[in-house]
Amino acid sequence: MNKILKRKVLNPTVILMEVDAPLVAKKAEPGQFIILRADKDGERIPLTVADYDRKKGSVTIIFQVVGATTKQLSTLNEGDYIHDFVGPLGKATKVDGLKKVAVVGGGVGCAIAYPVAKKLHSMGADVHSVVGFRNKELIILEDEFRAASGKFVLMTDDGSAGEKGLVTNALEKLIESGENYDEVITIGPLIMMKFVCSLTKKYGIKTVASMNPIMIDGTGMCGGCRLTVGGKTVFACVDGPEFDGHEIDFDEAINRSSMYKPFEKAAYEKACNLYKDL
Amino acid sequence: MPNMPKNKNPMPTQDPKIRKNNFLEVAMGYTEKLALDEAERCLNCKNMPCVEGCPVNVHIPAFIAKVREGKFEEAYKIISESSSLPAVCGRVCPQESQCEAKCVRGIKTEPVAIGRLERFVADYHNDNSKEAPKKVKSNTHKVAIVGSGPSGLTCAGDLAKRGYEVTVFEALHLAGGVLMYGIPEFRLPKSIVQKEIDSLKEMGVDFKVNTVIGKTLSIDELFEEYGFEAVFIGSGAGLPRFMNIPGENLKCVYSANEFLTRVNLMKAYKEDSATPVIKASRVAVVGGGNVAIDAARCALRLGAKEVYIVYRRGEEELPARKEEIEHAKEEGVVFKLLTNPTCIMGDENGFVKSIKCVEMELGEPDASGRRKPVEKPDSEFTIDVDCVIMSIGTSPNPLIKSTTEGLEISKHGGIVTNEEGLTSREGIYAGGDAVTGAATVILAMGAGKKAAAAIDEYIKNK
Repeated sequence: MNKILKRKVLNPTVILMEVDAPLVAKKAEPGQFIILRADKDGERIPLTVADYDRKKGSVTIIFQVVGATTKQLSTLNEGDYIHDFVGPLGKATKVDGLKKVAVVGGGVGCAIAYPVAKKLHSMGADVHSVVGFRNKELIILEDEFRAASGKFVLMTDDGSAGEKGLVTNALEKLIESGENYDEVITIGPLIMMKFVCSLTKKYGIKTVASMNPIMIDGTGMCGGCRLTVGGKTVFACVDGPEFDGHEIDFDEAINRSSMYKPFEKAAYEKACNLYKDL
Repeated sequence: MPNMPKNKNPMPTQDPKIRKNNFLEVAMGYTEKLALDEAERCLNCKNMPCVEGCPVNVHIPAFIAKVREGKFEEAYKIISESSSLPAVCGRVCPQESQCEAKCVRGIKTEPVAIGRLERFVADYHNDNSKEAPKKVKSNTHKVAIVGSGPSGLTCAGDLAKRGYEVTVFEALHLAGGVLMYGIPEFRLPKSIVQKEIDSLKEMGVDFKVNTVIGKTLSIDELFEEYGFEAVFIGSGAGLPRFMNIPGENLKCVYSANEFLTRVNLMKAYKEDSATPVIKASRVAVVGGGNVAIDAARCALRLGAKEVYIVYRRGEEELPARKEEIEHAKEEGVVFKLLTNPTCIMGDENGFVKSIKCVEMELGEPDASGRRKPVEKPDSEFTIDVDCVIMSIGTSPNPLIKSTTEGLEISKHGGIVTNEEGLTSREGIYAGGDAVTGAATVILAMGAGKKAAAAIDEYIKNK
């Protein structure tokens, strides 16, 4: 049981929670994730660590309400407890030796991209952050990103804030203008990461993508999170979650991520009914 | 004068037609009458070959003698001197290749039904005994156990009985390891496993769930920061293997571990479970071990119309227990033997549509001593299925070895230990599948037991 120390609504569907988890906080690094169960009969869902405070012993998660479990999680308040909270799992983002990096985030993926940008920035790297959202309403962590970036580009699909267009448009513009990145790190929807990776491949820039497939145990036991990277089967939970973006079979990952769509939709509707009065 | 019927008293079981639609236990256990009668078949041999056949050396003739006298609680005490999980072993041990294989009566006729009697005694105790397990006075020495499967629970139990302060670390949210996530409810009810764990708790064993050793805490931290004097690693077999054939990452291809974890640990067989599992109508399970049979029988119970076991060797070579194979056949699982998958085909939406296989024949014996299956030319055929479950074994988990310096690992990835379970590092012991690769519950228990004795010696002599 882990206590929720802070709860903050970042936009209509994205919520931040700071959770008391001293052992996880002690070890957590950007790029790693935790697995939680909201209640005793809940499913296990992986969420990437958005921040941590080693002194306070807390770990911050940021999640979008997309399914039954995140809906249920969103109903918990400060002082409530998350039933199970385990981590930190997966490998940390490799940041050593990077001098100039473009961090490309999309939607709630920005919550995960931010600690990476922050870490790189604190190491003295020149960080260019390119973040994209559907519209102005959905923007999160803008101030935080600005503080951690040498350059910050905000994109929205409808042009309601920043520039209108996709993150790939902005990234290509930066590259074309002569910016020379050691590496691009991208975190967001699969389809966005796929296009970021195909763009950087064209320019021959090393790119790392953070994958978030369906997962159960998170320790390598079930193999549900497997991906094809460089023609080989790998497990996101123990081999990742970050992989060479130019080697990931994104089409396969996109296909696999839709396995439980009908179930998820039904469960979400049920949860929405259950929690509608809250 | 011993009772001389040739055969064991048969185990009462649920009717296959009914049980294939439910997750209730298949084998219903001996009645008192059946148990008393079966106990009469034991010859009470002086040299006790059966005891030698048991990896934890349960005093078999002694407990059966007590059953014969109707003193079931005393029989239980005798079993529990050697085994910390009698109700589990009575159900899932391969007695036919262990104690019962050595039974003198088995030379000419059927051996004594030792496993069934063990189960009867354990269930009798669980149903009738109100006596709480005793908490032994602490000797103040702390031992950490990594993993709460059969080896870890056994090691924990044996150490607690000797007065050690034992903490068991479990990565999942529930203790029990493979007994909880792997073996299905209809073969090993989870309430029985929970009871065993609860009695360890009453003996003073502390369980820390949601703690991944190798991630949340390292083995070195357990020694340096938490004051443990010895650590036992019983972290299990690890990562599921795949065949690396085309189509293995289509939707509705599972590893047996994932499928069973969804069904057993996450209770996906219940209508209101938050965790989904695909309820397929035609399922192919690739592999011939107990895990494969468990997966096949779960698929059947989730409503599949046709379930195939696809195995590349023949009936004789099937590694699963005979009893489980028989049960699966009675329930309608179809065995496609000498058959090897070459490719999984998908539909336009990326879901499994069929599995392509070739026929095999057995050639010369290979390194494992089993005859090597070779492909028959031009024998390719297709089975239409909407789900494939790969159950072809596991490879060791890298989490502990990658974070523990100086721990020697074999070329297969298992932790190297001596006879007593000691690893290449002082104070670190290991046992079960983490050492041997995928094996049985009772072998893991045997290893946990040996390691407990070795840890006791080590700490005493420190």
